This record gives sequence, C-alpha cells and structure tokens, in this order.
Amino acid sequence: MGIAWFVVLSAFIFSIGAAGVLTRRNPLVILLCLELMLNAGNLALIAFARAYGNGDGQVFALVVMVVAACEVVIGLGLIVAMYRNKLPIDADQMSELRG
Amino acid sequence: MLFEQILFFLAAAGALAGAVGVVVLRNPFFSVLALVGHLLALAVLFLLLRAEFLAAAQVVVYAGAVMVLYVFVVAYVGGIEEPLGPSAGSLRVLGPVFAAALLVEVAIATVGSGLRAVDSAGPDVTAGFGSPQAIGNLLMLRFLIAFEVASYLLLVAAVAAVVLARRRRGLEEAGGERVYQVGRRPERGPQAADPAAAGTGSPGAEPVGEREPADEAGPAEREPATAGTGASRED
Repeated sequence: MGIAWFVVLSAFIFSIGAAGVLTRRNPLVILLCLELMLNAGNLALIAFARAYGNGDGQVFALVVMVVAACEVVIGLGLIVAMYRNKLPIDADQMSELRG
Repeated sequence: MLFEQILFFLAAAGALAGAVGVVVLRNPFFSVLALVGHLLALAVLFLLLRAEFLAAAQVVVYAGAVMVLYVFVVAYVGGIEEPLGPSAGSLRVLGPVFAAALLVEVAIATVGSGLRAVDSAGPDVTAGFGSPQAIGNLLMLRFLIAFEVASYLLLVAAVAAVVLARRRRGLEEAGGERVYQVGRRPERGPQAADPAAAGTGSPGAEPVGEREPADEAGPAEREPATAGTGASRED
C-alpha cells in the first residue's frame, strides 16, 4: 500500500475530528473528537516513519499518546469538577470567561 | 500484497465509520464505543505500517485504559443527550464548512508535498522495525530527554487530576474531622502507652486489648452462620 493512502486517511480523520470539535456541545464528545484529531496525527507520523524507514516517527507517536493520556485526564477532571459544582455540561453555556 | 490492500480498505472503512460515529451519535456512551472501534481499526493500520509495538500500545493503553476512564466518567456524569439548541445554529452550519476547508488544506499540504516516498510503499525495512526493542533503543539512546519530559508530564497530569476532581467541600469537612481525631488521639495515646511504660506490671491490659477484637468478630462470624442456616432452612 502506498504511504499516500494512509496520509489521506489521516487527513480525513483529522477533519472529521475538527468538525466534531466545532459542532458538538457536550464537552465529553469534544474531548473524544480531540482524541480523533490526535490519532489522525499519530497515523500520519507512523506513515511517515514507514516512508523514511526509521523509527523516529514512531517514538514521536508514542509521545503523542502520552500527551493524549494527559489531556484526557485533565479534561475528564474538569468535567467531573463541573458536574460536582452543578454547572451545566454544555460548552455553549459555559461562557463565563467570555469577556 | 492483495491481502494487505483488502486489510487496509477494511481497516480504513472501520476507522472512518468509527470517526463519523463519534461525531454523529448523540449519546456520549455510544460515541465512546464508536471511538473504541475506531482505535482498534487504527491499530490494524499501524500493523500494516510495521509499527507492532505502537499497535499493541494503542490497543492496551488507548482502547483499554483511556476508554475505560471515559466510560466511567460518562456513567458518572450521566449520558446527557445534548439538545439541538438554536444557540449553535450558525456554528452548526459553519463547522462542517471549516472542516471541509481544513481537509482540503491538509490533503494539499501532505500529498502535494515534495516527498517522493509518499507515492511508494516505503523502503524495505529490517525485521526488527517497530519492535519493542527498536523503540526502546530509540527512547533510551536518542530520545532520552523526550522520554523523561513525558514522564514528568504524566506526573503533573496525575497530580492535577487529583486536585481538579476532588470534592472541595467534602474535603474541608473531612479535614475538620481529621483535626478532631488528631486532637483526641493523644488522649488515648498516653493511656495506652502508660501500662507499657510502667512495665509488665499490668500484663492483663494487652490480653484485654486482644480480646475485644475477638469479641467484635464473634457476632460478625455468628451472623453469617445464622444467615447461612436461615438460607438453608428456606431452601
């Protein structure tokens, strides 16, 4: 399989994730869509690692996985804190920081 | 070669279906399940790209641990089906447009780049490419600083999650109780410590202390026994 197929698939997944981040209102689903975008980046990194024939891109993808895990932990902690303080779980209504 | 192509298209269809499912499904629980399917399909694609260790890590860490965390939070917060409110009207139209523009831009930037290897299937690689040994060698020899920074990032994220998700009022109440207990314990401490400090002149104190848990455990043991006999009588 050509590397270009993987790269195009990664672009599709990234765009689907971006569309989800832009349109969904539930913060949980926004986090899931962020995961989609990070995974699309991972797929592109691994595809380019295969294209170059060395493992540097794979190590980079591993670091991206670590960052994604951290992002999940912080995001879910924020959502649980919102739920505990009885704030609405809705990205549109959480607008108190809007100037 | 044909097998690889069939596998690629199956996995790509699965990954795209999972991604669309995450965005389209309105129940967050189903979104999480769609993301699990998407991650498993991506692991197959990683295997096709000879990234064996990353495929295993994807399944174990992502589809296993991280998604379990998501499922727990969805179950805790409750699967809130978001209403199709009018406040998101303009964004609901503009979002897909922006996403399509992003798709075109990313596709042009990657496929239209000057990389000659993108058109090929990649160079021939040695047998150990992407194995845990190769990744470990790279992490320990060439990317040691990135490895250490990633570990620090995980530590900071864990501490931050504990700080964020703790129950603040509950913790204050628990702290008050703890102060009260700490204030009371020294009163008990000298009484318990005095016989021991006075020497073995009062050896009866320790057997009493040992007897009390035994007496406490006695009824607790008896109750299941009676319950068991009661159950057997009912049978």
